[in-house]
Amino acid sequence: MKSLAELQAIRDRARAQVGLRAESGASTRVQVGMATCGIAAGARPVLNAFVEEVAKRGLKDVMVTQTGCIGICQYEPVVEIVEDGRKTTYVKMTPEKAVRVVNDHLVNGNVVTEYTIGANTQ
Amino acid sequence: MYRSNVLVCGGTGCTSSNSELIIERLREEIAAHGLEKEVNVIRTGCFGLCALGPIMVVYPEGAFYSMVKPDDVPEIVEEHLLKGRIVKRLLYQETVVDDNTVKALNETTFYGKQRRIALRNCGVINPENIDEYIAVDGYQALGKVLTEMTPQQVIDEIKASGLRGRGGAGFPTGVKWGFAAANQADQKYVCCNADEGDPGAFMDRSILEGDPHVVLESMAIAGYAIGASQGYIYVRAEYPIAVKRLQIAIDQAREYGLLGDDIFGTGFSFDIQLRLGAGAFVCGEETALMTSIEGKRGEPRPRPPFPAVKGLFQKPTILNNVETWANVTQIILNGAEWFRSVGTERSPGTKVFALGGKIKHTGLVEVPMGTTLREIVEEIGGGVPNGHSFKAAQTGGPSGGCIPASEMDVKIDYDSLIAIGAMMGSGGMIIMDDTTCMVDIAKFFLEFTVDESCGKCTPCRVGTRRLLELLNKITSGNGTLEDIDRMEKLCYYLKENSLCALGQTAPNPVLSTLKYFRDEYIAHVVEKRCPAGVCKALTNYHIDPEKCRGCTLCARNCPVGAITGSVKQPHVIDTKKCIKCGACMEKCKFGAIDKR
Repeated sequence: MKSLAELQAIRDRARAQVGLRAESGASTRVQVGMATCGIAAGARPVLNAFVEEVAKRGLKDVMVTQTGCIGICQYEPVVEIVEDGRKTTYVKMTPEKAVRVVNDHLVNGNVVTEYTIGANTQ
Repeated sequence: MYRSNVLVCGGTGCTSSNSELIIERLREEIAAHGLEKEVNVIRTGCFGLCALGPIMVVYPEGAFYSMVKPDDVPEIVEEHLLKGRIVKRLLYQETVVDDNTVKALNETTFYGKQRRIALRNCGVINPENIDEYIAVDGYQALGKVLTEMTPQQVIDEIKASGLRGRGGAGFPTGVKWGFAAANQADQKYVCCNADEGDPGAFMDRSILEGDPHVVLESMAIAGYAIGASQGYIYVRAEYPIAVKRLQIAIDQAREYGLLGDDIFGTGFSFDIQLRLGAGAFVCGEETALMTSIEGKRGEPRPRPPFPAVKGLFQKPTILNNVETWANVTQIILNGAEWFRSVGTERSPGTKVFALGGKIKHTGLVEVPMGTTLREIVEEIGGGVPNGHSFKAAQTGGPSGGCIPASEMDVKIDYDSLIAIGAMMGSGGMIIMDDTTCMVDIAKFFLEFTVDESCGKCTPCRVGTRRLLELLNKITSGNGTLEDIDRMEKLCYYLKENSLCALGQTAPNPVLSTLKYFRDEYIAHVVEKRCPAGVCKALTNYHIDPEKCRGCTLCARNCPVGAITGSVKQPHVIDTKKCIKCGACMEKCKFGAIDKR
């Protein structure tokens, strides 16, 4: 290693993985429904899309996690985003939709209304 | 990008309770569910809560699974890793809140009062992957030192931090470095004492197993500060996991050019080699350790000259303990002021203790200096189990002394422990309850030092053995009050005349038990009675005729046929035949047998 810059590069690359292990003080939780119904409807690619997109954008206070079945199996994959006690429920998610939710909702604070449960049950 | 990290403890404690197999099963199950690109399994160092091992922590949820068995793995993978449902029955009970959330670990009593500086990466990173160490700011301190600081500034920073040697003696680290820097020589050496020999102590082992790079980085910093280009780590061969991970760490650091020539292009060169010790306790003494590195028989030599003047191969040398090294990088990164904000005025920082003996949470704890023994035992340690009461804590192993219940509120730091006749020692802390005989404990430690005395100097070689003989005389019921006085005199003689710290501190267990538990010695001598019922020669088993139902179970289990009596009649023990094995007492269902 011939310079500090090389060390910083390795640090930045490795940080994303290790950062996951801190006691999370994340203020925003992305909960992907991963019960049997969710998995069957394709929740796993959605979960992975969230993980990748959140990491790519370096969002520090967002935690992506799984949750069980919340009882609306016909709308799976269901993703809930919980911020400061406010909950937004997205339904019939896909990896493509996940990318947009990260971009619009998590980064810019604009709820993607057309993916929410409210817009899909009328 | 992994969405979940599964950390499994690969420290010695959890490894011996099968964590390797757990990791293997985890990888199999994860592959079977096609999760290998989503879930990362990492073998880490010690989490500290060894009593509940094997330990597994799953992030991002922070679920802390305890006492995991290989057969639990399929359930964890299926339920938690696939479906996101935490397996509640395996959680560390204190962290359970409701179905899907867990309380943060630092809100539990075990972790809540701890402050992890030396252990900060243990149980967090993969010790066999240098990238993970770099991710948590590893080698940043070395980079800072080499590019921004002069050697004198490094020494001044360590001096200002007030860091004292964690090996037990508490000598100011910066001062030691200053001495070695001031001595001119064509070659100087930096050594790491990883010859942790106190019975029951495993702080250094856990740091080496969980965060080996911190030792390498700190030694390189010291090399820069004093002008040395070669380091040696003297580690005992009984620590195979630590040895293996250290070697991996050295190889990886060399590959990255963080050890070797011209580090960071600054012209500074430093390399480290391992030296394995054969497990002699005396080799933890600094001069004996260096003699052993030189390839000679590990025996101490008189000081002065001190190692900072003439050490390894007759060159100026600094030797620090593993835990001391683990603090150095943090002082460089965060500054002396930050370090001084933790702990007490004269003993800044934290201390790691290996909690063992009669305590609920055996394991490794790191607390700020100045924490009281009561907080460590009752809060962090979870108290004394099985309804017994706390009697004393032995700190510092065979070189230390005991702290009785009456001194439980003493703030633990170097000076206050010496004031009450104990010592900090390297950090072994053995908790004893009311079933422990203090004379027997003193004898246990003396037996250890008699075995481990190298025999070079007469006071230690002969003195420790005479002391042990006197203790044996007392525990066998043949002691006199004069023997106690003679023992005390011999203790002071040993302290004043032994060559090295082994002999000088060997009498400490006797002196401190005499100080706080003299009445127990007197009971052994005058009343020919062992109050705790431990010393066999002074204990007789006895059946209470009121409680005995005559079930004959004891008589059938007595290996020497010392118990007689007919069915449904109270039985009697023939104390002449009895070998005091305790089998009858263990078997009796009515609690009719007691020791007195």
